[in-house]
Amino acid sequence: METPISILLGFMIIGAIYSLSARDLLSAVISVGIVGYSLVICFLLLKAPDLAIVQIVVETITLVIMIAVVLDSTRIIRPQKAKGFVYFRYALSLAVIVIFAGVLLYMWSAPDLLQVFGDHTTRMSTAYIENAANATGSANLVTGVLFDFRGYDTLGEATVLFTAVVGVVTILRLKGKK
Amino acid sequence: MIVYLLCFTLFLVGLYGVLTQRNLVKIVIGLSIMEISIFLFFTLIGYIQGAAAPIVVRGQVETQFVDPLPQAMVLTAIVIALATNAMLLSIAIRLYRKYKTFDIREMRSLKG
Repeated sequence: METPISILLGFMIIGAIYSLSARDLLSAVISVGIVGYSLVICFLLLKAPDLAIVQIVVETITLVIMIAVVLDSTRIIRPQKAKGFVYFRYALSLAVIVIFAGVLLYMWSAPDLLQVFGDHTTRMSTAYIENAANATGSANLVTGVLFDFRGYDTLGEATVLFTAVVGVVTILRLKGKK
Repeated sequence: MIVYLLCFTLFLVGLYGVLTQRNLVKIVIGLSIMEISIFLFFTLIGYIQGAAAPIVVRGQVETQFVDPLPQAMVLTAIVIALATNAMLLSIAIRLYRKYKTFDIREMRSLKG
């Protein structure tokens, strides 16, 4: 199972790099769709059908919103000439490259702390798995955890969602100061 | 193990985008790439080789399930990520209407 997910992840990284370097905003938005929809396939391979369903809906909505934002604008990014401090900019980008390489090297040691991929032992959720079907009456264990054992989490999620919707409506309705 | 490292790499690509891009839409794209790498990382941790999807079927013999706890958390996080992305994009639309550009260098009157 590790090989197909690695291939998909490589695909996602290529799509991400392209979308960050594209000149046209529309192609940037479409290629970030590569990343999102590859994630759906990864979820299916990882035996998480609920996540795949939710992610495909969310990705489509995000894509529609982003395309609506981009089509409303001029789309093309005009490159601007860098003014002054050329050596400073080179030094800064060199420093950023060094820091990123350092972080990546540090992360090479992180998988030693994790369990081997595919060899996970359920510690906390053992009780959930054993009791979910009887205690909650839900055949889907993820739903049982989400709406019963961790119901307050979902309440908080609904609060965040409501707040965000109110925020979006307020921001888009305000009359700007000239 | 290579999947974890590729996941970290995807996170770093998103972080690079957030740090270096001057376009508001590109910054939102970088953030969503970071979010996606975190979702995938959580699901990768919960995966068990040869286990079934966490859905109980009637008359099923005793099998092992994939860990449902990370999946439930990622489900919450996906919806919250959608909400925050929509909010960021609406702020971007407002700024575009005021300044006629997504370029953060040209939004001079935002300077403190």
